[in-house]
Amino acid sequence: MNTLIDIKKLNLYYGTYHALKDVSLTIPEKAVTAFIGPSGCGKSTLLRTLNRMNDMIAGTKIVGSVEITGTDIYSNEVDVETLRKKVGMVFQQPNPFPKSIYDNIAYGPRLHGIRSKQKLDEIVEQSLRQSVLWDEVKDYLKRSAFSLSGGQQQRLCIARALAVNPDILLMDEATSALDPISTLKIEELVQELKDRYTIVMVTHNMHQAARVSDQTVFFLNGEVVEFSQTEQLFSNPTDQRTEDYITGRFG
Amino acid sequence: MSILQDANREQISRRRKIDWILHILFIAATAVGILALMALLVNIMMDGLSRLSPDLFTNYPSRMASKAGLKSAIVGSIYMVLIMTPISFILGVGAAIYLEEYANKNWLTRLIQLNISTLAGVPSIVYGILGLTIFVRGMHLERSLLSGALTMTLLVLPIIIVSAQEALRAVPRQRRDASFALGATRWQTVSGSVLPSAMPGIMTGVILALSRAIGETAPLVMIGALTFVAFLPNGIMDSFTVMPIQIFNWISRPQEAFHELAAAGIILLLGLLLIMNFAAILLRNKYSKNL
Repeated sequence: MNTLIDIKKLNLYYGTYHALKDVSLTIPEKAVTAFIGPSGCGKSTLLRTLNRMNDMIAGTKIVGSVEITGTDIYSNEVDVETLRKKVGMVFQQPNPFPKSIYDNIAYGPRLHGIRSKQKLDEIVEQSLRQSVLWDEVKDYLKRSAFSLSGGQQQRLCIARALAVNPDILLMDEATSALDPISTLKIEELVQELKDRYTIVMVTHNMHQAARVSDQTVFFLNGEVVEFSQTEQLFSNPTDQRTEDYITGRFG
Repeated sequence: MSILQDANREQISRRRKIDWILHILFIAATAVGILALMALLVNIMMDGLSRLSPDLFTNYPSRMASKAGLKSAIVGSIYMVLIMTPISFILGVGAAIYLEEYANKNWLTRLIQLNISTLAGVPSIVYGILGLTIFVRGMHLERSLLSGALTMTLLVLPIIIVSAQEALRAVPRQRRDASFALGATRWQTVSGSVLPSAMPGIMTGVILALSRAIGETAPLVMIGALTFVAFLPNGIMDSFTVMPIQIFNWISRPQEAFHELAAAGIILLLGLLLIMNFAAILLRNKYSKNL
């Protein structure tokens, strides 16, 4: 598999707190990579460096490089807006805008200059189909996004992220606020989406990583402890700490 | 013994007694405010209702109480609000957006913040002095409608900024994150995601600030709004009067008839304030339903 994201010697500091220590990783394209580890291990922080959402937090300092298809996303030649268009994100809590279902999906394309009603209609339908929400909402596109259930809202947020045509989709514990059935739907959706998108997901739930991902990265205290094929990491971990974590001795 | 039979009933009845006494005290505290307001209203109604007639709207001020009206004052108040609304809205909301969405949270913004909060509590006559110095004398706008409106803008700006900031702060961070994560610039996020959510709160703050301006007298006395204006302002550079100034003038005359006129004017002013506050509530309810 081709490498899409190449993280080299990445160190991240929040003020004096050293949140990521010498992280080096390669993330293959069109596959699901899961970040697991206990709270505060840096997995979400690393995810948020991939679309530079950490830029918003005052006092963040980054040393090292994150290259996507060979370009360092922290270099001057990269516009952060373009980066975030190419690297979509789904958050822990479903966070639709207080707008209609249609306007939620059209928000992104409109940002990037698409005005044509016909084009927007196409994008809305296509995105909602991709997130397997179309059949449930096609007759209610003008209704408020808040009229949807939590699981539907999260799939709406996935559709919204897909509407700007990204290559990479980051999912930050995207199912942790959902019930088991909605979680299952999203996991199935991830399986379908990986044919077209590179997916990086942070999850608190080891079983989810085992079910859904192709590669798994185990973090501890801001360091990568182990990175391998999911099957291997769960059945035959090489590091004692990984084994302790996945067998439930801590975390 | 049943677990529901408590040996210590005396202690419980003492706690209940304290509860009851405080309950009565709180009702009394509320009643003081309401009774004072009722007394004021009844007093004014008794004095002014007989003078509340169409003449009040159509007549200019006059030496004779029977002919005197509020026409120029009502029109002056309306003009003033019309001029100051867009100015204070743009400046106030703009400053709030800068402070909440753009500015780094450092000692400088904290200092600005502290100053704005303090300005919101500065006596209004101080703004009158400021307006007199800057607009009337400094910029040679004379004692015009524009001077008055600009002075009032200064007065309400801190109130609008603070309330708009609160409205912006109430927008969940997740909505900003969602917008930024789609590749939005800061302004796109503010205009597309934050402002629509914050607008009802902002509008409510603006309306309440404007209703304060409508009732203000001191700053306009200071910059020299006239008390006897027997014409309508012809433009923003014309001299003017407003309702509270006319009322103030009538009250300071010795004749009883003018006092009644003043009471009628106060009823009008109160009615106007009531309508504006009601509009603010309607607006808030209408939009919060859509969220």
